[in-house]
Amino acid sequence: MSGAASWSFGEDDASRIQLVLDQLLREADARTALIVDRTGQMLATRGEEPTFDPVAFASLTAADFSANDQLARMLGETEFGALFHQGDRESLYLADVARRVILVVLFDNRTTLGLVKLRVRGVVESLSELFTEMFERRDRPAPRVEAGFVGDAEDEIDKLFG
Amino acid sequence: MSLINYASREINCKLVYYGPGLGGKTTNLEYIYEKVAPAAKGKMISLATETERTLFFDFLPVDLGTIRGFKTRFHLYTVPGQVYYNASRKLILKGVDGVVFVADSQIERMEANVESMQNLYDNLLQHGYDLTRIPFAVQYNKRDLPNAAPIDELQENLNPGWPVEDSARQKAVADPDRPGQYLVEEVDGTWIERAPYFEAVATTGDGVFDTLRAISKLVLKTLG
Repeated sequence: MSGAASWSFGEDDASRIQLVLDQLLREADARTALIVDRTGQMLATRGEEPTFDPVAFASLTAADFSANDQLARMLGETEFGALFHQGDRESLYLADVARRVILVVLFDNRTTLGLVKLRVRGVVESLSELFTEMFERRDRPAPRVEAGFVGDAEDEIDKLFG
Repeated sequence: MSLINYASREINCKLVYYGPGLGGKTTNLEYIYEKVAPAAKGKMISLATETERTLFFDFLPVDLGTIRGFKTRFHLYTVPGQVYYNASRKLILKGVDGVVFVADSQIERMEANVESMQNLYDNLLQHGYDLTRIPFAVQYNKRDLPNAAPIDELQENLNPGWPVEDSARQKAVADPDRPGQYLVEEVDGTWIERAPYFEAVATTGDGVFDTLRAISKLVLKTLG
């Protein structure tokens, strides 16, 4: 039993994830690949710059996946490992990664769902290893911000919410 | 859980407004959205029914700006208050950093408040969190209504305090917002701690930013 823990995401982690996502985008001929964590926070974006608000997008993606998880359980499934949302021009393919994060691939009619699914399956395993390792770091001391951060942040809070 | 993203130099914290149906959770967020500086707020999303009752959640990101090189942001969520939406409430609590319980002060809603508080405790427990160990504040909303219960009565029912077992923490802590009152104090030989509380009228904005300021600071302290 505990309070909420912090976790961190470093530059090395980001570079390793970027390599995997770049390869996925090339091989699947998709537009944008995003990684969102299960609490609704955006972790990484590669490919074409999204035209939508990424913060809102991340929050809705996590909610979408969580709601579908519950639906899966009602059917006696552990989870739906992937979701597909088809639009007229743009479509989304979402895949679970190690029950930790969600890989979202945005694609259009330059490619096919079959190819996206195939390539995503290939990268989910490498991403799972990366994220499992990152989350295991939570056993180490919690990441801390530098001295002075809290005081400065409190000043900003007073200014903004005063 | 707060996410410190060293790659994009961002810190994101998740605050959840919890409480019984029609208690004013969405109204809190709407007021914040209306009043906060335009540069500091993102898009507000409401997943609501046609009658404007929250179906899944409301979401509002608020940027504090860049602090010591880190873009710092609070993600504000509400949950649907109606009893039968518990599955949705549980989902929203995932990864929470701080909770505001918005109680409806009307005397007739006391039972609904107590039920919702118990539900919050139980749902957090299922995520492995202990409400007494995470940043937590209580807001008594609708103070302007003639049938609002006295604060003492609300405190007794909703925020009676929990025992402080750790001897290092057994010392009086004054309530910064209320001279003469304490958040940690000894009562009849037992040390107890209570969550800070705020009186509010969310429709006019009274107390809304006091509550937000308090919970934001409590969350930031956990990072330092």
